[in-house]
Amino acid sequence: MLSAITKKIKKISKPFEKGHLAEETRVCSNEKAKRGEALVRMEGIVKRFPGVVANDHINFEVKPGEIHALLGENGAGKTTLMNILYGIYRPDEGKIYVGGGKVEIKSPRDAIEAGMGMVHQHFMLVYPHTVAENIALGLSSSKFLFPLREVEKEVAELSERYGLKVDPKAKIWQLSVGEQQRVEIIKALYRGAQVLILDEPTSVLTPREIKDLFDILRRITKEGRAVIFITHKLDEALEISDRITVLRHGKVVATVDTFKTNKGELARMMVGREVLFRLERKPVERGKAVLEVKNLRASSDRGLPAVRGISFTLNEGEILGIAGVAGNGQRELVEVITGLRKATGGEVFILGEDVTNCSPKKIIEKGVAHIPEERIRMGLVPSMSVAENLILKDYCSPLFSENLFLKHTLIDQVAEKRISEYSIITPSKKTPAKLLSGGNIQRLILARELSEKPCLIVAAHPTYGLDVGATEYIRTLLLKQREMGAAILLVSEDLEEIMSISDRIAVMFQGEFMGIVPTKEAEIEEIGLMMAGTKRMMNPSEDSQ
Amino acid sequence: MIPKLKIEKRPIVSSSVTLAVSILSMLLALIAVAFVFLGYGVDPTYAYQKIFIGSFGSLTGFSETIVKAIPLMICGIGLAVAFKALVWNIGAEGQLLMGAIAATGIALYVIPEASSVLLLPSMFIGGFLAGAVWGVIPGVLKAKLKANEVITTLMMNYIASNLVEYLIYGPWKGAMEWGFPITNEFPLSAWLPYLPIGMGRIHYPTLILALSLAVLTYVFIMRTTLGFEVRVMGENPDAAKYAGMSYFKTVILVMLISGGLAGLAGVGEVAGIHHRLRYPKGISPPPGYGYTAIIVTCLGRLNPLAIILSSLLFGGLLVGGDAIQVIGLPFAAIGLFNGAILFFVLGGELLTRYKIIIRWRG
Repeated sequence: MLSAITKKIKKISKPFEKGHLAEETRVCSNEKAKRGEALVRMEGIVKRFPGVVANDHINFEVKPGEIHALLGENGAGKTTLMNILYGIYRPDEGKIYVGGGKVEIKSPRDAIEAGMGMVHQHFMLVYPHTVAENIALGLSSSKFLFPLREVEKEVAELSERYGLKVDPKAKIWQLSVGEQQRVEIIKALYRGAQVLILDEPTSVLTPREIKDLFDILRRITKEGRAVIFITHKLDEALEISDRITVLRHGKVVATVDTFKTNKGELARMMVGREVLFRLERKPVERGKAVLEVKNLRASSDRGLPAVRGISFTLNEGEILGIAGVAGNGQRELVEVITGLRKATGGEVFILGEDVTNCSPKKIIEKGVAHIPEERIRMGLVPSMSVAENLILKDYCSPLFSENLFLKHTLIDQVAEKRISEYSIITPSKKTPAKLLSGGNIQRLILARELSEKPCLIVAAHPTYGLDVGATEYIRTLLLKQREMGAAILLVSEDLEEIMSISDRIAVMFQGEFMGIVPTKEAEIEEIGLMMAGTKRMMNPSEDSQ
Repeated sequence: MIPKLKIEKRPIVSSSVTLAVSILSMLLALIAVAFVFLGYGVDPTYAYQKIFIGSFGSLTGFSETIVKAIPLMICGIGLAVAFKALVWNIGAEGQLLMGAIAATGIALYVIPEASSVLLLPSMFIGGFLAGAVWGVIPGVLKAKLKANEVITTLMMNYIASNLVEYLIYGPWKGAMEWGFPITNEFPLSAWLPYLPIGMGRIHYPTLILALSLAVLTYVFIMRTTLGFEVRVMGENPDAAKYAGMSYFKTVILVMLISGGLAGLAGVGEVAGIHHRLRYPKGISPPPGYGYTAIIVTCLGRLNPLAIILSSLLFGGLLVGGDAIQVIGLPFAAIGLFNGAILFFVLGGELLTRYKIIIRWRG
């Protein structure tokens, strides 16, 4: 039985094997395209995890030459489905057909042999090694002597053919995130992938890099290969895909042709209700200065300059959005303002008081809320209860403690109030916080950070990785805080988010602000250019006040 | 039919699973050591019978078990606080010896004339402070200079041990002890009282102290703001920093408590059993209460109340060790036990967090 299946896989995957990927596969897939047969078909896939059905009888198919977007909110089951196709999980029920024949995919190796290639959200690369070495990793066909020469040659060929510009001899750590992603794509193509699965590929890229990626994907599919594009961003799905399959709560809502649908319809299918795309921003009078940053400098963990002379002022009732590709000093800027990192130069004032290099405790006491970038690593104690996480910063306040003893009854009461106020979905207040979903974890953090009427909110990527519903909720909350007079520093890679809720936009590149522009005057192309560091539009009067 | 093994993560670690795994790991350790007994040509069931009867089967045996359990319990409770905050204090042994030194100094040199009511509490306070200092030094080194506390606390043990030797061979050598390396005997006012005749050497004030410390520490960890900080620090140091908790303060606090408690255990030994300072191995017989307490704490899963039970078990093993020597096994066999139990407890840790599913399918 077992050997029969392997034989079958071998037979199916034979044409896909690397080396002759150029000619033979084109012929093979063109034939299939003519017959209109699916390259991959998944039938009745069921996958249960303790307490949830991640995939509930899912039918999904990909045709040769198409870009198929798999759209859904977080936890809808997109990644689970693709992990099943790629052999990381085994389905509890259901069948998978590749090229018309039924296959059993037990491991990523089986999947690769059956012609799958997957680029995970978090890259699987060995950082000190070269591009070619990473691609050669795990290949069984390598020659004993000088195995890399051949690989390098073929990598160069592949880059040429698909516009995947990358130097095979470069070390991974020297590459930008966009280039690393290209290495992952080449790796998959090199192994003969006919179906390329990309898990949220644009989350780490600049608008320019996204455009490049889309060009690459179009060239790849021209030859009959298929791309499965996992995303929760509607605009992207509409732009790049030929067909879209929408998942919700582990079920397929529909599979539609992209040209026949629109953003509103997709959002409705994805969330299950109408979604507001335009958030209402009431005019708010700008109050006094809350945060003043003067010529601030700070180093990264590696000791390299990461924040290089930043100055700005943020007032009551104002949202300043900081746009930029991750790794341009945003994290360090946030950490210095919240007291988690020492400044190497410059000053930070909160409500007129110099708080440069003060302890986090002191800064919290000044009324600064911090929605951290890595919400589980920093914003939460995963094994402790929801109630305890809600008082993580206030446990010492006279409200929750008396003579060193915690007032548990009161803590529980407040926890219940906040759970309902912020609609945190949790079995109980005693549940360990780690069991909550991503969106609910963020609600928990917001409930804690926003309940004490902060004067300044430092929000780092507050909706990163969250679904449409949670994103909308969190943005509304931030806008409400703005109306209540809070000053908000919003760091985000999501340009749409920055454009839709901030009053002013600062673009950060290599530790400096490329400019601060009022949102009304900002154009997305301009911001994109500034993110790439090419344009300065510094308005001196804006900052020297 | 080939069984399929699947490992899945448990969403919640329940206390019943933890208990079951603890008991399972002990049973596995017993089975593993049984093979060693077989190697010596001794019937394991006979050997275990001997150990059990030796330590739990008679009043004298059981009272001796409690005597050994007292220092293990106090040290273990202290270690639990440090381990909760992910501070790996391996130095309970040295901290215990420092407590013994301080108690001896107070009893023989500082206020030897004082009455029990004054002298005994002074000895305990002095012992706590001495142990605390011995714990706080590596704590400061860790918090300020990032010195690995496993190494520094371990090294502090040797310093303490050598200090004891220096004192008993040198300035504190007893004038009335025929040149033996021991101090003079404490004045009677510095002797802890025993239970009535026939109940062995149970210095009950220390036992009461140990039991109350277990409860107090449990309350401290679960109910106080400082305990909250300790737990947050142990579960997620980044979140502790983010929430404005002071890393320095917490590290110093837990080292102070765990060092101080070990110091108290040292006071109990010299004031309750030996009534003088003697060779380190005399006060804390090998492998050393401070080291065995590490295993006691792990088996008790850092829960002060569970440590009461696990210290009794290990007290019993130490006493049983004497019993198996009678049937021709070396005392080191007990060391094997300690090792095997720690090994299986740490291995069992995996089972508390993951479950193994066996499917009998073709």
